[in-house]
Amino acid sequence: MSAVETIGLTKDYEVGFLKKPHRALDHLDLEVEQGEIFGLIGPNGAGKTTTLKLLMGLVFPTEGEARILGKPVDDRRMKAEIGYLPEQPYFYDYLTGRELLNYFGQLFGLSSAERRSRADELLAKVGITSAADVQLRKYSKGMTQRLGVAQALLNRPRVVFLDEPMSGLDPVGRREMTLLVRELQGSGVTVFFCSHILPDVEQLCDRVAILDKGKLVAVGRMSEILDVSIDTIEVVADNVEAELEVKLRPLCRSLERVGDRVRLSCAEQADFDDAAAELMQGGGRLLSVTPVKQTLEDLFVRKVGEKAQT
Amino acid sequence: MIRVGYIALNTYRETVRDKVLYNLVLFALLMIASSYILGKISVYQEVKIIKDLGLAAISIFGMAIAIFVGIGLVSKEIDKRTLYSLLPKPITRVQFLLGKYFGLCLTVLVNVLVMTAGLYFLLFLMSEPFEPALLKAIFLIYVKLTVLVGVALLFSTFTSSTLAGVFAGFVYVVGYFSTDLKNFDSVVDTGALPQITKALYYLLPNFKNFDIKAPIVAGDIVPMTQIVWATAYGLVYVSLLLVASAWVFQRRNLK
Ligand SMILES: Nc1ncnc2c1ncn2[C@@H]1O[C@H](COP(=O)(O)OP(=O)(O)O)[C@@H](O)[C@H]1O
Ligand SMILES: [Mg+2]
Repeated sequence: MSAVETIGLTKDYEVGFLKKPHRALDHLDLEVEQGEIFGLIGPNGAGKTTTLKLLMGLVFPTEGEARILGKPVDDRRMKAEIGYLPEQPYFYDYLTGRELLNYFGQLFGLSSAERRSRADELLAKVGITSAADVQLRKYSKGMTQRLGVAQALLNRPRVVFLDEPMSGLDPVGRREMTLLVRELQGSGVTVFFCSHILPDVEQLCDRVAILDKGKLVAVGRMSEILDVSIDTIEVVADNVEAELEVKLRPLCRSLERVGDRVRLSCAEQADFDDAAAELMQGGGRLLSVTPVKQTLEDLFVRKVGEKAQT
Repeated sequence: MIRVGYIALNTYRETVRDKVLYNLVLFALLMIASSYILGKISVYQEVKIIKDLGLAAISIFGMAIAIFVGIGLVSKEIDKRTLYSLLPKPITRVQFLLGKYFGLCLTVLVNVLVMTAGLYFLLFLMSEPFEPALLKAIFLIYVKLTVLVGVALLFSTFTSSTLAGVFAGFVYVVGYFSTDLKNFDSVVDTGALPQITKALYYLLPNFKNFDIKAPIVAGDIVPMTQIVWATAYGLVYVSLLLVASAWVFQRRNLK
């Protein structure tokens, strides 16, 4: 049984006075395995939040269906086993952080002792213990986001859905969030999250799906979709005479002079070996060698760009 | 079902933490108190004026709470997006609606009780004997208010607060003069208007059914059967309103 499954999931929103349909999500097929950290990425308006809202039963699909832990999205027993952090969450501002967790704990059917200990534990984990008894109207955006994470974990869920979990957090908060997701994965929790902050996704995810204008453009393991063969090696050298430069050129994908230095990049390990040998012989001096992996960002720009052209 | 209770209690907590509510209650108690002064000015019938105004205050302020708080019950949760984190919890949309409904009914009940206590206290100050008949009128006022909360809830499921308020106020006014609507064709008998007014008569709750203030204050006997019938009418109407609200809300996309 997969943790999350969508089959031809499609959503049209009616926009404007004429209720013209606008396709926010177009026949999305996804399968997320249990225990995975799965990232759904895409530019603004790609349909990430819409996908999560469909999974949470907040909006209804125009076509297709979705299943979580093998159950339809409105199954109450299944809902007791998931957690959800909405995008830019907002909670009852007349409650304190502790009261909110207690209320949601009641809805999850936790005993009162369990609610108390779980609330204390989670408030500490997300670092807002000192604001536990402050009304939420006085919370900052980052504190609300932290509380949002706490309420998503209240019931020790098997699958957690996080919509832009890093937004509203400072760098320290992001780091903590990353550790938290790792910890969740360590205890076997499936994490499904949306983000447009790619470096975060890159460090965290087992698999990613790239969404653009409601359509799936790529999905796979990080190592699969980030094509390793196009890794490059960047070299910086100086003392490169004109004669040497001529010899190096055919070995490089690019070569440019920056002041009295030369920056060149080699596409293959063999080219780099040759270039390094030439440099030694021709009196050049190697200053640095950096292997550069293709980043998710490169891929993202390429995929989304490709589609824009077609 | 215990979850409906939790949602109701949270709704109750929301309203009692709202300053608007205290202002309304304070105002209502002031109104009841001022009837005391009014009663003093007029030479006799002092007690009658207090009863009249007291019952009117309970009704009017109860209505204000039912409508002004009621219209935000669902729409505010959608606008503020608090529902996004609530509905994915293991509850159904119907449980949410019922919780909201009963929560506000509880708030209204507490308010009615506070005002009732105020009214009896005033009568006690004037050395009036305890008069249980007033409770009959107050009971039916409360039944009426629960219907009104249902009306507000229904509008709240598909429209924004302001519009829902206008609609709910409209339903109350038209529903109150319902009997006149039925006989509207004796005034105007051309065009579609009589048909429309007749349809409204059958559709809208007849709020006059709950109004026994005048005979109670006058000291007339109001038969128990009348009260039972009015209550049954209210219960049926509330059930219909809840079913309609659920029907609308279950289909609603939360954008
Ligand atoms: N409530 C709505 N009504 C109409 N269109 C919407 C609504 N919500 C989202 N959309 C549209 O659907 C598309 C996808 O939006 P969304 O899922 O929020 O994207 P993302 O989360 O990837 O930024 C966008 O084009 C957006 O304008
Ligand atoms: Mg989004």
